Amino acid sequence: MIELENVAMSYGGGELLSDISLRLAPGSFHFLTGPSGAGKTTFLKLCYGALLPSAGRVQLFGTDLRQMGRDDIALARRKIGVVHQDVQFLDHLSVAENVALPLMVSGRETLDQEVNLRELLGWVGLKGRADAHPPQLSGGERQRAALARAVIMSPEVILADEPTGNIDWEMSQRLLQLLVELNRMGKTIMIATHDLNLIRAAKGQVQARVLRISNRRLHLAGADL
Amino acid sequence: MRRPDLAHLTRFLTGDPQADRMVPPTGYTARLTVFSAAAMAFLAVFALALALATGRMAVRWGDELARTATLRISAPTEQIAAQTAAALRVLSQTPGVATARALSPDEQRALLAPWFGPDLPIEALPIPQLIEIVETSAGFDAQGLRLRLSAEVPGAVLDDHSRWRKPLVQAANRLRLLGGVAIVLIFGTMAAMITLAANAALAANAQVIAVLRLVGARDGYIAQAFVRRFTLRAISGAFVGSVLGGLAIALLPAAQDEGGFLTGLGFQGLGWLWLLVIPPLAGAVAFAATQFAARTTLKELP
Repeated sequence: MIELENVAMSYGGGELLSDISLRLAPGSFHFLTGPSGAGKTTFLKLCYGALLPSAGRVQLFGTDLRQMGRDDIALARRKIGVVHQDVQFLDHLSVAENVALPLMVSGRETLDQEVNLRELLGWVGLKGRADAHPPQLSGGERQRAALARAVIMSPEVILADEPTGNIDWEMSQRLLQLLVELNRMGKTIMIATHDLNLIRAAKGQVQARVLRISNRRLHLAGADL
Repeated sequence: MRRPDLAHLTRFLTGDPQADRMVPPTGYTARLTVFSAAAMAFLAVFALALALATGRMAVRWGDELARTATLRISAPTEQIAAQTAAALRVLSQTPGVATARALSPDEQRALLAPWFGPDLPIEALPIPQLIEIVETSAGFDAQGLRLRLSAEVPGAVLDDHSRWRKPLVQAANRLRLLGGVAIVLIFGTMAAMITLAANAALAANAQVIAVLRLVGARDGYIAQAFVRRFTLRAISGAFVGSVLGGLAIALLPAAQDEGGFLTGLGFQGLGWLWLLVIPPLAGAVAFAATQFAARTTLKELP
């Protein structure tokens, strides 16, 4: 689905990532760790086409990123749900509308989606907050709303960047549960985090691989974690 | 590029209410755009009136003066009658001359009255005889006629009015050109103002655009939310401006001979229909300007 081949990424003069190869198989569950500033966010951005690699090849759903126009990338993003570290919404729309945003922009909003939307909001525990506006949400609620928005199109891949960054342990457990459930439904999951407890908690429930970025390279971390 | 058909246009004008809501509503920048469009349309009405009025004037002067000429015969009194007869004979044989008629003493007196008063004893003065020539639409060859007259009627001087006509028609045409240039400048300024406003709106909504891109919105979708807004603002502003400009023109004093050119400024008959062109034209200008601004901005974003 998403394939990186000898990818390097440099900013200014320095190389942040080099010689990275990875193939995200359908249904896989990956954690991405590494010290802050190691390039986790950059790596994820490469995975959804927000950045072009300075060397190597990135393929989204079988197409080389360099061959894709802006509209192709937009269409590919409908199959990739992204949860950002600093979640952003359209602050003038309600939570429900924000969650349904991917449907609106792809012109797919229909009446039966309305039911789905309500179910989805219940699933992330935001049923009572549907009519609130994003600035009124707490950190945890924002993260869950972002997750709901990321999955509403039933994407094939979900990329989450520090989804538990600013929420308490109980809430991050719940968020993890949601992601694990999605993985069981066949979605490919990649979570960037430096929260090792979260990774340990997940290991009991899913077959998760842990990737680690250090010294500009991507390593498969051992089972000893 | 897709061919913009009517259904396409209707869809654009009625719009997608959801897509419109993607971009947060704006207060005073919207009103500024409407105001600028209205002001520019108001000015465009006057430029248009100037261009049309001077165009009419050029045609009128060109037509009226072009179709007549005057032959003046200055000769010793005893030869005048003979030379006039000779000149009339020559003229009757010249192709392109519809009629040629010697002015009677009374008519000549009337012509001179404004200068010398009505009691001028015209018969006592060595006044040249005037012959009025009316041309056919094809016109005559003034150069050839002059040559022939110089041989047969030595006292004849042909004045085909071109000496007067040319600078007048030229001035009118130049004024019309200026009116046209003013219209182009007005719409160019409108395009510049709307581009600036659209760029400001795009910059102010950077977060909205980033979110829309993230969830898979295409550039065309994002651009349309902005383009539609500015196009409708420009059309509504230009409509108000054209109506006010039209009213101002209609309230000008009607054309009079004494007022000359100035009172002729305005629209006549079907000319008023030109006012209907301004709002759609403003809309088209706004559409192109915003489309360009949005596409340029979006191309820079991930």
